[in-house]
Amino acid sequence: MIKAILIFNNHGKPRLSKFYEHYNEDIEQQIIRETFHLVSKRDENVCNFLEGGMLIGGSDYKLIYRHYATLYFVFCVDSSESELGILDLIQVFVETLDKCFENVCELDLIFHVDKVHNILAEMVMGGMVLETNMNEIITQVDAQNKMEKSEVRLTLPVHYFYLSVYQAGQVDTGRYCRSACSCRISCKEHEPPGNAQKHQHW
Amino acid sequence: MPAPIRLRELIRTIRTARTQAEEREMIQKECAAIRSSFREEDNTYRCRNVAKLLYMHMLGYPAHFGQLECLKLIASQKFTDKRIGYLGAMLLLDERQDVHLLMTNCIKNDLNHSTQYVQGLALCTLGCMGSSEMCRDLAGEVEKLLKTSNSYLRKKAALCAVHVIRKVPELMEMFLPATKNLLSEKNHGVLHTSVVLLTEMCERSPDMLAHFRKLVPQLVRILKNLIMSGYSPEHDVSGISDPFLQVRILRLLRILGKSDDDSSEAMNDILAQVATNTETSKNVGNAILYETVLTIMDIKSESGLRVLAINILGRFLLNNDKNIRYVALTSLLKTVQTDHNAVQRHRSTIVDCLKDLDVSIKRRAMELSFALVNGNNIRGMMKELLYFLDSCDPEFKADCASGVFLAAEKYAPSKRWHIDTIMRVLTTAGSYVRDDSVPNLIQLITNSVEMHAYTVQRLYKALLDDISQQPLVQVASWCIGEYGDLLVSGQCEEEEPIQVSEDEVLDVLEGLLVSNLSAPVTRGYSLTAIMKLSTRFSSVNRIKKVVSIYGSSIDVELQQRAVEYNALFKKYDHMRPALLERMPIMEKSASNGPTEIVQTNGETEPSVVEPKHLPPVTQPVNQANDLLDLLGGNDVVPVIQTTMPTKPASAGGELLDLLGDLSLSGGPAPASSVPTSQPSFLMDGLSSQPLFNDIAAAAIPPMTAYNKNGLKIDFTFERANPNPNIAVITIHASNSTEADMTDFVFQAAVPKTFQLQLLSPSSNVVPALNQGTVTQVIRVLNPQKQQLRMRIKLTYTLKGSPVQDLAEVNNFPPQSWQ
Repeated sequence: MIKAILIFNNHGKPRLSKFYEHYNEDIEQQIIRETFHLVSKRDENVCNFLEGGMLIGGSDYKLIYRHYATLYFVFCVDSSESELGILDLIQVFVETLDKCFENVCELDLIFHVDKVHNILAEMVMGGMVLETNMNEIITQVDAQNKMEKSEVRLTLPVHYFYLSVYQAGQVDTGRYCRSACSCRISCKEHEPPGNAQKHQHW
Repeated sequence: MPAPIRLRELIRTIRTARTQAEEREMIQKECAAIRSSFREEDNTYRCRNVAKLLYMHMLGYPAHFGQLECLKLIASQKFTDKRIGYLGAMLLLDERQDVHLLMTNCIKNDLNHSTQYVQGLALCTLGCMGSSEMCRDLAGEVEKLLKTSNSYLRKKAALCAVHVIRKVPELMEMFLPATKNLLSEKNHGVLHTSVVLLTEMCERSPDMLAHFRKLVPQLVRILKNLIMSGYSPEHDVSGISDPFLQVRILRLLRILGKSDDDSSEAMNDILAQVATNTETSKNVGNAILYETVLTIMDIKSESGLRVLAINILGRFLLNNDKNIRYVALTSLLKTVQTDHNAVQRHRSTIVDCLKDLDVSIKRRAMELSFALVNGNNIRGMMKELLYFLDSCDPEFKADCASGVFLAAEKYAPSKRWHIDTIMRVLTTAGSYVRDDSVPNLIQLITNSVEMHAYTVQRLYKALLDDISQQPLVQVASWCIGEYGDLLVSGQCEEEEPIQVSEDEVLDVLEGLLVSNLSAPVTRGYSLTAIMKLSTRFSSVNRIKKVVSIYGSSIDVELQQRAVEYNALFKKYDHMRPALLERMPIMEKSASNGPTEIVQTNGETEPSVVEPKHLPPVTQPVNQANDLLDLLGGNDVVPVIQTTMPTKPASAGGELLDLLGDLSLSGGPAPASSVPTSQPSFLMDGLSSQPLFNDIAAAAIPPMTAYNKNGLKIDFTFERANPNPNIAVITIHASNSTEADMTDFVFQAAVPKTFQLQLLSPSSNVVPALNQGTVTQVIRVLNPQKQQLRMRIKLTYTLKGSPVQDLAEVNNFPPQSWQ
């Protein structure tokens, strides 16, 4: 069983924290800090498995982590999970994120925490692995996002429709605009309709 | 009230904060805004607010005021709201809050919703944080969903069922009918979660386990399809078809096949196939192989398969990837108990892993190395382990030191090696050894009687180098106290003896007393050691001075000891030698040496002296009595009848001194001592050590053991070289009568503490008129160096009539049993 999934950056700031067993809020923060300390001390060429820290259950639990650029993906598991299998799972998770966000970077995770949670919910449920097929996961997530968007279109005023028509030529999947800006946010939502001639990013 | 800001606005704002205080301020402001927005009961923006709240919760700020809002969102009709609401429920709520029960009805409705995604959300939330009450209420719904044909829902329902079973184990039977055709699904997601469900049920209940054993053929078939199917793009991960499912199935097979022959047999083929066909170039292949190996080791597989498994693990050990090596070491640790020999083959690789840079690998390699130590490889392994001890991190040192002690105790090839090893550990990792190692070591040292001089010399040298490691210092001061005379007299067979004067020794011990590095316990040890030396050294005045100084020490323990030792000098001076004698060999099982105390002088000990310093008068006496009883309760008269050829003139005095000293370990007796009250008993008990050290191990004079009725039996002695405790006696039987003695049988009996081995005689006819002799070799093992006594029985036929005779042989020369 997976006890917790944590994503934090090289300085220890949490980017995603999902616990499958309940802890108090302050204990959760302490766990994140402790895990960061344990994992950041590791060299680049050592193995990816660690004994869990004291707060998260000590030597009964293992921390399986992978370091991608500026982010650490840490899964805290007990002995019923295969260590090498979890390593592969982390890889599949990151690849899925990559497909969903197109060249995912840390900023994507910062600004779209809820979407990351949704993707994760399709992969791991209740501490157990639900689905490992990347395409399947992406299909489900897309379908749910579409449902959300259809609701948004129904409730929000017409000028958004105007905006989306304007954008039609430029946006390929209808989700994200291909500007050179690094914040990569959806252009549908950040600009009041008055400036529909050009969309600005900041 | 203006529209609440969006989530990403908030995130952006927070990111601009430069200090923690600024961030806190921003968040507090936003929390206030959210709270007022919640109060207004605004439906449109609730979702946004809760999203922001969840973000702040992730950063570590309190967010419980949003719990009820999550519930409201769940109850809403919009999918967006529900999504955030359920996410919030999973992050903020748990069974400890009463609020969560309010969700039950919502979830129930959503489980029956028309949209599958809503149903999925409900299942997900229930599966993550459902309490036992919720699970009980909703188990029926979950079970219904387990039977639908919608694979998206089915897989979620399966995992939700696992959670329900974990929370409420009694409901397991409810899900049994639904599991019937779970495995016939084509969808891999459903297959995967079904296998998880089956695994959970099998682990929880042995009945279920028995019930599901019949699924083994089906599982084997699925696995086979996965391996043989070739490339299928949707399930492919780095060239292998759905490795996650393969690993899960292997795990379930492991549980089903454990201790069941039929299932294990059904699995053998497929396991062999997986083990040989899987590609090992990528991590996925190794993951599957690893799982296969674990399964093979757990079920009742045939031996060929087990050897294959261990070889795979051996290959893993040589892999460059650290993860693989770690995993291999972990599984070898599990299998070393059962397949010890197979793992031994990889010993050298494992020992190499000790030098790895990775901490996790080093730890595993260390544990495995200790498990692999046995009598054959002890020397080589110990060298490696000691080298490891020198260079490893402090967190390992304690475990490594205790492991080394255990291994050395079990498999030490010689006493000297044992002592050397322990000294090495003490000098390198002295401060990390456990507390009980000090008494264990002391006990070991007293047991290895012949090594005393060597030991004390080495310990003294170590003390000169470094007095910071307390266990080492404690053992060293104890030894110097006991065997200081050996140290000063400079006799050491094993090593080059060093020249140490009494004053130097006392300097060192006094240095320990005053040093800042010494712990109070260590000071106690050194004070007692100094006191003991008062009977072994000649510079008693200096010792008296030291002891009287400490009579006013601040440390209560030291003060008490010093005062009582002072009393020993003044009022009880006649008792001092008896009190401060050598310690006997301590029994391992007994608490601290002999428990009975014979009152040598009718007076009791000062109470502060530690129990192990009590005089060991009794043990040899009791043993002597036992000896006499065993041999049929003969005489109590002193047994030593041989002459002592090179006894110096003051023989009488010295003998009595020795009796007073009762030294079981060698050394000339100290100058001043008082004869004790029962010389004859003590003489009986006098055992072991040579009375005269100057007698070299020269030829032992032969003796006549029996001479009666024309039959004369002579004993000649040799010492068996590899083991000085064994005396080899050759008997020569000669016959001075006129007729031959036929059917000559020689039998011998020795007391309990000895062991006797009688080899076959040269013949059983003793020719007449001393024309020839019959020889027979007797080997006597005398580990405790007790005085040798023997009872012999002779039977022979002389001139047709059988003759039988019993005799006692007591006149063994002392060198034969020393």
